[in-house]
Amino acid sequence: MTEQTTIKGHRGIGESVTGIALVAEDNFSARYDLDRVNGVFSRPAHALFGENYVGRILVLNTAKGGVATSWMLREMKSRGMAPAALLLNISNPIMAQGAAFAGLCFMDRFDGDITSFVRTGDRVAVDPEAGRVTVMR
Amino acid sequence: MKLTKYEESMIAGDFGYPRQQALQQQIEVGRFFDAADFVEISQVHLMADTESLGEAGVRYLEELAGYPRLERSVCVPTITDPRGIDLCRYRALKQNEEWALLEQRAISAFESFGILMTNTCINYQIFQAPVFGAHLAFGDTGSVIYANSVCGARSNFEGGPAALAAAFTGRAPRYGYHLGKNRRATHLFTVDYAPGDLADWGALGAVIGRRTGSYWNVPALTGITSTPTSDQLKHFGAALASYGSVPLFHIDGVTPEATDIGRVLSGGLLSLPGGRITAADIKNFYSEQGRHKGKVDVVVLAAPQLSLLEMHMIATLIRGRRVHRDTDFVIATAPEVKAGCDRMGITVALDEAGVIVLEGVCFYQMYAKETARANRWKTLVSNSAKLVNIIQGYDYVPVLATTEQCVDAAVAGKI
Repeated sequence: MTEQTTIKGHRGIGESVTGIALVAEDNFSARYDLDRVNGVFSRPAHALFGENYVGRILVLNTAKGGVATSWMLREMKSRGMAPAALLLNISNPIMAQGAAFAGLCFMDRFDGDITSFVRTGDRVAVDPEAGRVTVMR
Repeated sequence: MKLTKYEESMIAGDFGYPRQQALQQQIEVGRFFDAADFVEISQVHLMADTESLGEAGVRYLEELAGYPRLERSVCVPTITDPRGIDLCRYRALKQNEEWALLEQRAISAFESFGILMTNTCINYQIFQAPVFGAHLAFGDTGSVIYANSVCGARSNFEGGPAALAAAFTGRAPRYGYHLGKNRRATHLFTVDYAPGDLADWGALGAVIGRRTGSYWNVPALTGITSTPTSDQLKHFGAALASYGSVPLFHIDGVTPEATDIGRVLSGGLLSLPGGRITAADIKNFYSEQGRHKGKVDVVVLAAPQLSLLEMHMIATLIRGRRVHRDTDFVIATAPEVKAGCDRMGITVALDEAGVIVLEGVCFYQMYAKETARANRWKTLVSNSAKLVNIIQGYDYVPVLATTEQCVDAAVAGKI
């Protein structure tokens, strides 16, 4: 029987989605960490190095680095090579601006550590308007 | 968010679609960060290299360029960050025609908006430096952190789409570093180390950036005993922003909001996290970023682009020597600096030594991964802690070295 648990966060951006989670305690930048052509993490030092992120509910700690991600999320989405949603413990403006521009489902500021609450492989429903993430396992 | 009558008209579409969709994006971001309202801004710095834009981003620009001039023109002075390709030198770097075409399409769209194609991340060293208290929408993180910290201006990181939106609306959501309450230091570092070379300043920024660790944290430094130069603070800030996503720092007795350090400390001196930074911390950072020994494929000085004084320094260091035949030495600077170098004989000196001088680009923003493959570059030496950080995701093996060591490595072909 499937068990559901829910965590609240700040009101987010984009439409509701459901998908399979890819989780790490590491941080995130599309420029620094991704091979955007092949849809995998390409930075050797990243906890998700070699993992395919396309269509996943990507769950990481915080945003890092520069501003390029704000263009890149839309470009990735246009080629069907974006994650289904991005969940961070805490965002910087770049991720929020990029999500708004791309129409990507995005949330942060949860009632607990989102990288502990969600595990890789969990089925996850994200409702950014309600500020709610539900894990089904 | 509270909107003025003017903003309500804009969101209703009275001033055309480009401004309407821009304000819609800004409202979404403003709500996300609980902004009460908008603040008018006086200048925009737009990051929009074509590697980041991609076909989708360029198509978006071209769609906006199709609207009447009155509707598509920016309403505050707007300048650009480095481009994705140097249209004069891309063939020499084995970069392809497709990228050049994409670049030309993006430039045409930007020019149709009335944007000034300055193509630089060191705008604060070349054009109107921001004044204390000015509200801005700056893009490149190095440009934001310098404007906030050294000039005392007020900007968040405004990524390309957000900066373009600000250019169309003349305002930005009032949250983050537009608010005085968020500009107080959250971390205090006592620096027991005297950085000298630009790479040392970058290493210091990287170490503090990692320990500060969030966009919403502000480090303050004490213990800096000499007044840094603009180039030193440029490298320090760029690394701090790169390793910590940090947009503001204070240095006791140096930066304008910290002429009295007590004024910027939140909650008192003893309660702040941070700690001492020693020479050992910097040495460890160099060791971590410099494991490769042996042949060097490419030496890169960029990120941020070089100032006129840096260009002059490199020309002086390499005078009478030549770049090794099996190594490339690439420098990126701003078009205005390049013109100055042409006039003052610096470019000729660099050309004679075999240095490739690029203008209007920055190394990591110009298809670095594909360019590496085309030129068989793997091992890269740089004095930029920021570049060393970014380029690891592009299949390079980077080494951080002092400026003099970089020039020596380019000549010797090894490190």
